[in-house]
Amino acid sequence: MTIELNNVVAVVTGASGGIGKAVCAAMTAAGAQVIATDIAEPVAGQEPVAQDFLTHDVTDAKAWEKIAQYVEEKFGRLDALVNVAGMSVVDSIEGTSLESWRKLYAVNVESMLIGHQIMLPLLKKGGEARASGAAIVNFSSIAGQRGAAFNAAYCSSKGAVKIFSKSAAIEFAALGYNIRVNTIHPGGVKTPMLEAIVNTYLEQGTIESAQQAYDGIVADHPIGRLGEAEDLGGGVVYLCSEAASFVTGAELNIDGGFTAV
Amino acid sequence: MTQETNLSGRVALVTGGLRGIGLASVQKLQALGATVYATDLETEDKLPELIGDLAAQIHYIKANVAEEADWQACIAQIEKEQGRLDILVNNAGVDCVSPVEEMAFEDWRRIMSINVDGVFLGVKTATPLLAKTGAQTPAGSSIINISSIMGKIGYPDTSAYNAGKGAVKLFSKAIAIEFATKRTPIRVNSVHPGFIRTPLFDKGMQRMVDQGVAESIDDLVAVLSEATPNGRMGTPDEIANAIAFLASDDSSYMTGSEVVVDGGWTAQ
Repeated sequence: MTIELNNVVAVVTGASGGIGKAVCAAMTAAGAQVIATDIAEPVAGQEPVAQDFLTHDVTDAKAWEKIAQYVEEKFGRLDALVNVAGMSVVDSIEGTSLESWRKLYAVNVESMLIGHQIMLPLLKKGGEARASGAAIVNFSSIAGQRGAAFNAAYCSSKGAVKIFSKSAAIEFAALGYNIRVNTIHPGGVKTPMLEAIVNTYLEQGTIESAQQAYDGIVADHPIGRLGEAEDLGGGVVYLCSEAASFVTGAELNIDGGFTAV
Repeated sequence: MTQETNLSGRVALVTGGLRGIGLASVQKLQALGATVYATDLETEDKLPELIGDLAAQIHYIKANVAEEADWQACIAQIEKEQGRLDILVNNAGVDCVSPVEEMAFEDWRRIMSINVDGVFLGVKTATPLLAKTGAQTPAGSSIINISSIMGKIGYPDTSAYNAGKGAVKLFSKAIAIEFATKRTPIRVNSVHPGFIRTPLFDKGMQRMVDQGVAESIDDLVAVLSEATPNGRMGTPDEIANAIAFLASDDSSYMTGSEVVVDGGWTAQ
């Protein structure tokens, strides 16, 4: 069976969040040794299913270096890097402060550059160890493919993740590094982040009730429901596995048909 | 979510199942535990020669995907024998290389009849059985239509193939939405292989060699490998892996999606 992750050493960022936790669980179930990282300590009793947990601010190069050092000492290589960490800002373009824009870009985009740079030596070793290559999976979003009102900062940052990943895929291939890079584009997924977005809409008076917001989001998904965080694990496992050996620079939409409309 | 991609108890149908990507898919789905039906144009007595021991492990139905009557007979047989169909892989396809001004209308129509009509007829005919079966499984039934990177980008002298594969891509999205909004329990996705070493590919390359475009198939393979970001052509098995993922419950929230397996070709 090729869709498995036995002996795969993986780092998953944003691992205390809804999607990150589900990704850790799916990768661990598939056989990977997962190092979960997040800026927030996990809530007691709700720790991600992983070998280790490390606190990690993805905007901080020093924090990345600590992660790299830890992986180097413990495993000597990295086979999979799954960048889930991200944040959202819900505001009109007129209302968005440059400060909040920059904060979001630091978390969602600058973290890509720093993370890829610092983890690259370990990923190269992972690529040498596995014919199908080391794998980087970056979480973009359907918001990286479609615009949305009051989400210019988030959408544009996720678009940046998408094309950064394609560039990285081609560049690493051109340089002969055996590292595949792909993006996942979730639709609306039931997570604390989505709840926060809906609450912001409520506070800003854009909507009348949370139910109205959820009904509207569900209506945008032809499959007729919001995604569950668990819906995303399978895609990550596939992209990190040997099964995806010819997949690089690709976008995997897990969105209940949102972008097919 | 299973993470096992276990397909035991599931019934799959793969068109064009005797060669290339179709054959690799038949092998993969069978290895993952599914009961697999393959269709192709050959008579059944050719199977041992073409696919060896696998012939005894699968069901074969001789059928032309461009013929509605063949589809009806094929689905009726599966319903009678298995009472269910979980997975439909519309893989059968042909290519055509010709400058547009020299392309015979009949060649255009032949491509469209196999690559596009064949997918339409398959979906149309299999939908009642797929829907009935999908209601009994956690993630529903799965239709996987094989498009191509040629359904996303243009290429010289392959306009009919491009047009047909583009049609498959958008047909897949349309029925994905149609089924989803009607709560018909069938997910529909398209797979977009890049340049894959298959008998169909070799046949096309041989034609180019015959036309004096290159000296040998190996020369053309070298050129295409060089032009692919990760430096090589793909294997049929690498496409079958994506098909297996989409066939499984692991892809439960995916419908109307395009899964690209192209070594980075369309990321450029």
